[in-house]
Amino acid sequence: MFSNFDWDVILRSLPYLFLDGMRFTIMLTLMATGGGIVIGTLLALARLSNIPGLSHVAGAYVNLIRSMPLVLVIFWFYFLVPYIGQWITGASRPIQVGAFLSALVTFTLFEAAYFCEIMRAGIQSIPRGQAQAAQALGMGYWTAMGEIILPQAFRNMVPVLLTQTIILFQDTSLVYVISVTDFFGAASKVAQRDGRLVEMYLFAAAVYFFISLAASFWVRRLQHRIAIIR
Amino acid sequence: MITISKVSKWYGTMQVLKNCSTEVAKGEVVVVCGPSGSGKSTLIKCVNGLEPFEEGTITVDGISVGDPKTNLPKLRARIGMVFQHFELFPHLSVMRNLSLAQIKVLGRDAKAADEKGRKLLERVGLSAHADKFPGQLSGGQQQRVAIARALAMDPIAMLFDEPTSALDPEMINEVLDVMVALAKDGMTMIVVTHEMGFARKVANRVVFMDKGEIVEDAPTADFFGKPRSERAQVFLSKILQN
Repeated sequence: MFSNFDWDVILRSLPYLFLDGMRFTIMLTLMATGGGIVIGTLLALARLSNIPGLSHVAGAYVNLIRSMPLVLVIFWFYFLVPYIGQWITGASRPIQVGAFLSALVTFTLFEAAYFCEIMRAGIQSIPRGQAQAAQALGMGYWTAMGEIILPQAFRNMVPVLLTQTIILFQDTSLVYVISVTDFFGAASKVAQRDGRLVEMYLFAAAVYFFISLAASFWVRRLQHRIAIIR
Repeated sequence: MITISKVSKWYGTMQVLKNCSTEVAKGEVVVVCGPSGSGKSTLIKCVNGLEPFEEGTITVDGISVGDPKTNLPKLRARIGMVFQHFELFPHLSVMRNLSLAQIKVLGRDAKAADEKGRKLLERVGLSAHADKFPGQLSGGQQQRVAIARALAMDPIAMLFDEPTSALDPEMINEVLDVMVALAKDGMTMIVVTHEMGFARKVANRVVFMDKGEIVEDAPTADFFGKPRSERAQVFLSKILQN
């Protein structure tokens, strides 16, 4: 049944698919993960803080983000931010942000909500006595968090954080809605140009599958290696 | 050195400390005992401000713990505390457990902190374990490391919150030995414990608590000789049976 398929189209477009597409996908994934974990951790600290109001603001943000479809946020951000920028700076025309930056900020802010919940669970998994011991030694909030609580919380949560990253890696394909050439976007363009839809989409699916699978295996191995001896 | 005066504390509507007052002079060793749920641990945690209290005052070396203007981290750095469940930092080596607060809180340089840590490990008989992680040590060893960690801050007083309650019986003595040596060196200590042997041996005074109240506060010999309250008598008869 594959006799009239043209598998050669994949070979011909490999440089484009990987050097342009996959490079963008991986860059977006890594940068959004990094930023998302940093912002998510700060959000988690805010959610757990007893400063009046702060935890509610952080909680509202997380719940708002988590109740919206990602595609919507990507769209919304890409088309609305230029106007917000114009409104803030008072420029005469909408501020162009560029698709990559727009996608990066969207994914970072979106993933931060998910990473926040992961880190919150991580922080809550550390026995209260650890914080008390740190306090009893005279450590302030940030020292206790930075040296004692977060390193342990982070290590406990690495598997979940990386699993979320794998999901993010797959979700980045949604940037095709703002015509950015990520791996999926590149495959899609070649598919339409050469009329080889089935071949290209099968290939794209296989690539996502194998990268995600390999990453999952790696996460499982890492999990054993970094476990804290208790 | 430590003055606890008319301290009361509530969890919601339940009063867990009722008008507690006592004093610990410099170099004194005071054992706090009583049935579980009597507020012993809560009281000792009030001394370094780990637990807030609603009424009364606690002063340590002239500084009021409950005063919102007090720099609590700074005060806590001068009071050593040892916990029931050790609370060593499991992600750090034994050495790092000892040196971290010295460096981050007292601002000592890493070399001086390590030097100090090494000396204290020797004192608690664990020099060979400096590079291990807490999880690789037995309970008794962990608690000795925890004592060394507290001592590394050069505390003016030490608080022990049931330091041997989570230990297997054969490990209790190695921890008590360290504490006895510490008491004999003149350290000011408040010890919440059920180890009446330890109390007899080194305590200057015994404070007996029940239902959030300090029922008895007497010199050690008096407490074991002729406890004045019935509740203390009942408690002692139960605990000294075996």
